Amino acid sequence: MDSTTKQKQVNSDFKIDEKTKQKLDQIITSADKDKSNLIQILQETQDLLNFLPESVLAYISTQLDVTENWIYGVATFYSQFKFIKPGKHIIKVCMGTACHVRGSNTIKDKIETELDVKVGETTEDGLFSLEEVFCLGCCALAPVMVIDDEVFGSLTSAKLKRILTKFQKEEEEL
Amino acid sequence: MKSDSSKNGRKILICEGTGCLSSKSDLIKDRFEEELKKADVEDVEVTFTGCHGFCAQGPIVSVLPEDTLYVKVNVEDVPTIVESHIVKNQPVEKLFYEDPTTHNKIERYHDILFYKKQQRLILSRCGQINPERIQEYIDTGGYVGLAKALKMSQEEVINLIKQSGLRGRGGAGFPTGLKWEFCYKAQGEEKYVVCNADEGDPGAFMDRSILEADPHSVLEGMAIGAYAIGSSKGFIYVRAEYPLAVKRFRKAIETARSKGYLGDNILGSGFSFDIQVKEGAGAFVCGEETALIASIEGKRGMPVSKPPFPAEHGLWGYPTNINNVKTWAFSSWILRNGYEEFRKIGTESSPGTAIFSLTGKIKNSGLIEVPMGTKLREIIYELGGGVLEDKEFKAVQTGGPSGGCLPKELLDLPVDFESFKEADSIMGSGGMVVVDEETCIVDLAKYFLQFTQSESCGKCVPCRVGTKELLDICTKITEGKATLEDLDMLEELAHTVVDGSLCNLGKTAPNPVISTLRYFKDEFLAHIEEKRCPAKVCKELISYEVVEDACIGCQRCKRECPVDAITGEKKGPHFIDASICIRCGLCYENCPTDAIIKVDKVGEVA
Repeated sequence: MDSTTKQKQVNSDFKIDEKTKQKLDQIITSADKDKSNLIQILQETQDLLNFLPESVLAYISTQLDVTENWIYGVATFYSQFKFIKPGKHIIKVCMGTACHVRGSNTIKDKIETELDVKVGETTEDGLFSLEEVFCLGCCALAPVMVIDDEVFGSLTSAKLKRILTKFQKEEEEL
Repeated sequence: MKSDSSKNGRKILICEGTGCLSSKSDLIKDRFEEELKKADVEDVEVTFTGCHGFCAQGPIVSVLPEDTLYVKVNVEDVPTIVESHIVKNQPVEKLFYEDPTTHNKIERYHDILFYKKQQRLILSRCGQINPERIQEYIDTGGYVGLAKALKMSQEEVINLIKQSGLRGRGGAGFPTGLKWEFCYKAQGEEKYVVCNADEGDPGAFMDRSILEADPHSVLEGMAIGAYAIGSSKGFIYVRAEYPLAVKRFRKAIETARSKGYLGDNILGSGFSFDIQVKEGAGAFVCGEETALIASIEGKRGMPVSKPPFPAEHGLWGYPTNINNVKTWAFSSWILRNGYEEFRKIGTESSPGTAIFSLTGKIKNSGLIEVPMGTKLREIIYELGGGVLEDKEFKAVQTGGPSGGCLPKELLDLPVDFESFKEADSIMGSGGMVVVDEETCIVDLAKYFLQFTQSESCGKCVPCRVGTKELLDICTKITEGKATLEDLDMLEELAHTVVDGSLCNLGKTAPNPVISTLRYFKDEFLAHIEEKRCPAKVCKELISYEVVEDACIGCQRCKRECPVDAITGEKKGPHFIDASICIRCGLCYENCPTDAIIKVDKVGEVA
């Protein structure tokens, strides 16, 4: 079983416990149980769980009285939504124009080789997921990446290595 | 605009826009508070602002009323600033901005060419006020426009906007007053106004900066527009990638409600209006009006054909008026200052100012606001300080993936809607990316096609299949595998996609190809006929070599190489085995003596 299949397995195995159910109910009620607020519900759910497990989407569909199909239709349209459990830290490399002309491809390649991971994948140890985004709006600091919510600008391959090592060290110390 | 809310007037402003925050400007603010306390200084206010638009120089700290600007400030610099500037009145020269051309140190904010050359209308408060304090907005003329509008009739407000000649700043340049009038005249029990803050163009960040630095100006504009067309409910659709902008705007809504600028019976006029924030979820096509509407309704963000236009049949079928962030901000400016003032600036057909995010290979990256009609040359060489490392200017890309590349022959082109259109580009939302001799034009066109191809919603065939085919041909060219027939096909197909696509994403997606073919055909031909990339960017067409005389044998490249293609002993010359090399460029980037060079690939290209 390759790692993606394994991750998909985790996704479909996700069980909703009582605490999660309460929080989901809160999210759905605060969005007036209105299907026109579906995107907001999905966003808040993802904030809570870091991804959108099958069982959770099925639950939302019963609460909003829409089909699961409808929910998947909406959710898969937007790049923000994830259906596979991501790593602990999410690296988003900016592929915006300013970053592109200042060498974001080299940065992306370097991350891929350093962490042995491809865009859209999670590292073996589950520490990092790598994503590409088009423009983070920090063009003056190009090339840029964001890890979780922290912006790192004016990247060079040396600086990149230092940043990744810092995260890895922090993990080891835990 | 020097508002003095503290007693003795001295104010330290720390930029907390996304750019400066990424360099930990929030810690700088904490440190200032700490150091001032230590030095026992009172009557100095420490506060934060939104983006100054000078992000490459960040973190930025300014001191009022002296108008001193400190750039690239570190937390460790704070004690020096407090001791020298605040206590002894001796500004710290080493932290002044250095002019990239003259290398003079410049102390005052407004003496810096980058700012001096600008005419800031809607950016005037950015970096000058605390965006989370509504009082600072009010003290600088905020909500005067709304108060004025509420004393006028709806028709009068619409006429005023029409007379101002304001054109939509989202890209298309449609007359705003006319758009409002359509919606005003449309029949509907309910009407909506929407602020389009789905700033998806890669390379543009002005909407983000305005929302972060001056959110009330947008909110006020929306309230004015809502009054004019007769709407009681508004939405702002913000990109998910802009969390800080969302936070600041939400805060602005809250405080505006508490002060009576939003909610029921605004300023006692009987007019009621409220705004709800909707966060986008990462789909570029949602910048298109009808797709944006679908997304607000909680659906897949797919566009529908127009007509009917949103002015008649918009959100949930009701008349809806959608404007860009900047257009709303301009509306409040025009209401406050009058249409005559607005028309004094800019050109006859494009009055007012234009806002660009100037980025790429440019010395002064940042956000600029200049009168319409300003020449590209002035923007790039005077405000922008010229090309990075004084390399050769090649082109400026405007309008993002819907725009085009303008070559150096067009540097004297004035910036306005018509001139850009004639040159096969568009003003767009205002991205302006400068590229130099080291950027491959074919690669750039390919880059934009990758973007539009992946962002195409897939609803209509010309866009879904057409952008993919265009991308495949461009890829073939960059790999040296294309023929002249492919080039003809590229050109023909580009026009087919323009003609056949449903929405503006597809209709404009081929623009980067069309404009580069018009101005840089030679570069396409070099890739096809000579199998050569003149800018030495396209991996398949280059090799890396070590210049023996320059190599000091430090082994840095050997360590960096991910595929062990480099051999050589310590302190001896190194060699790159081209058959192993994957041309990732890490050795080139890391060589301390620039001993590694790019050359045209020798021999047959596979």
